[in-house]
This record gives sequence, structure tokens and C-alpha cells, in this order.
Amino acid sequence: MEIKVLKDILSANDQIAERNRALLLAKKVTVLNVMSSPGSGKTSLILETIRALKGRVRIAVIEGDIASTIDAQKVGQEKVPVVQINTGGECHLEAGQVGRALDSLPLDQTDLVLIENVGNLVCPGEFRLGEDKKVVILSVPEGDDKVHKYPLLFTMADAVVITKIDLLPYTRFDVPAFLQAIGGMNPQARVFQVSCTSGEGLGEWVEWVTSVIRK
Amino acid sequence: MHEMAITQSMVNLVLEEARKGGARRVTSISLVLGELSGVVGDCVELYFGLMSRDTPAEGAAISIKSVPTRARCRKCAREFEVKDLDWICPECGSVSVELVAGHELFVESIEVE
Repeated sequence: MEIKVLKDILSANDQIAERNRALLLAKKVTVLNVMSSPGSGKTSLILETIRALKGRVRIAVIEGDIASTIDAQKVGQEKVPVVQINTGGECHLEAGQVGRALDSLPLDQTDLVLIENVGNLVCPGEFRLGEDKKVVILSVPEGDDKVHKYPLLFTMADAVVITKIDLLPYTRFDVPAFLQAIGGMNPQARVFQVSCTSGEGLGEWVEWVTSVIRK
Repeated sequence: MHEMAITQSMVNLVLEEARKGGARRVTSISLVLGELSGVVGDCVELYFGLMSRDTPAEGAAISIKSVPTRARCRKCAREFEVKDLDWICPECGSVSVELVAGHELFVESIEVE
């Protein structure tokens, strides 16, 4: 006997993501899911965002890594609540892990949760976490062609951040080609060009973050 | 890379559907996987063998329909297959294209006894 199923394989994850979302809506908390390959500067961008919004926006952070608490320690030095999730080998965060992390954050005293996903430009795209916006980072040394090689995340992004732009003079990263590719594939995405070293472009990024926070 | 989590979700979904259908055994599973989802069918089959052990789905045959990535041009509305990850309209050369297929990741049907 045949049973028609026609159900998304990740529907169980999606349901938990919806539960996370309902909780976050009730608590008036906005969530950004920050995704990129390892080493592209997710933690640096999160740290700069915390510093820029200190005293104005109450931020908490969920750190996703395969192993270690290095990132959580760095973020903790900024005196914000932080939860480290170690996936123990899995290449992405799942909604259940984020749900448990949210339970241990002081959501009543939080405006914005920044989720740093596991460094990976493929897998995190499939797993909804209950976020409001997806942020995809690409650093200059990785090369502008990554938008073509790993299109899924870029087609889903609400914001794309090019990081390490202070390195542009030393690489062949073609900014116009990248902007054209993103603009074609995902015209709704806002694109930012920043350097956490020089501070260039961070103001515009932080302004966008502020604009998406649920009042 | 994420096939382990995806296969576990698939096994859970299949067992739940089989239970609801009052089945004793699952003999085959039809999956639809979009090319862009990056899920490797061989990995799913390998993990399935391990994860379905001692369940009613043990030994089920897996058939995978792979869906190529397709896009539609926002300028001239031409639909085309995205080959070699070249997101350019073959008709008018525009790079303003939207994804229409290739992100599928679902269980189409199961065969049970």
C-alpha cells in the first residue's frame, strides 16, 4: 500500500522553530541568525554590534560551535548574557538547541538575540531557528565567487555583510561583480560593506540592526 | 554534511506516517531532493541503513528524485535550468533571476505493508 506523505523532511524542526518564534514574539525579542563560513568574522561583527549598541539595546548572544567556548568567552567579556551551544560534530544549529538556549536567557530583559551559527556556508540554510532575519557574511579573502558556489544561503539572506573590506587592496575581490550577483539573485537583501578593524561601514550596519528591532 | 540530521528527521517522519497508516513494515521510501539543498543521496542511504535498524523501516528501499536548480528571469520571464551555477538568463543575459526549483527536501510517499 502506498501512503502519500508530501511532507518536508525538516517539518519537525520547522515546528520547533515556530514555537521559538511564538515565544520571541510574546517576549518582544528580535532574533538575527548570523551565518557564514568559519573565519569570516561573525564573532567580530557581533562584538562590534554589541559595543555600538551598548546602553541602547539589550543584547543576548547564542554561540553555536562544533566544540569549544572560545567565542562565548569573548562575547561574555562584553558583559552580555551568552549561551554556548556545542553541536559535537553537527555542522549547523537546530531549532531545538536554540529553544533550550532561549530558556536560559533573560528574555524579559532582552531586546535582541544574536545567534552565531556554526561556521558553514551550506548546512545552516536548511534549518530554521525561529529567527526574524537571516544575516549572511562573506569576508573579502573568501572571494566574490562564493555567491555563485554557495547560492542557497545568499538567496535566503535578509542582509549580506561583506567583512574585512580593509583587505580589498590586497585581493582580487570584485565588489561590483558581487553586488551585481547578489542584486540579481536576491534583490531584497540589504548589502553592507564593513571592516571591524578600521570601523568602516559599521555605522550603516548598526543602523539597519536597530531598524529591524521589534519595538 | 548535514545528511545525518536530515536522515534522522526523515526516519522519524516515515515511522510516524507508517504508524498513522497502521503499517507493520515500510518497504520503500520516495524522496525528493533539490540539487541546491546540497544533500548527498548516497550519504542519506548510508545513514538510513544505520538509523532504521530495528525499526519497521529497516531494509526499506530508498528512491531519490533529484530536482535540478531552476530559475526565472525577472526581466523576460524565461525559465531555465541553472547549469554550472551560472545565474544568468540564457535569453536576455540578465542576472536578475529568482529561484523557482532546486530547494526541495521532502518525503513524497512511502510504500508499506
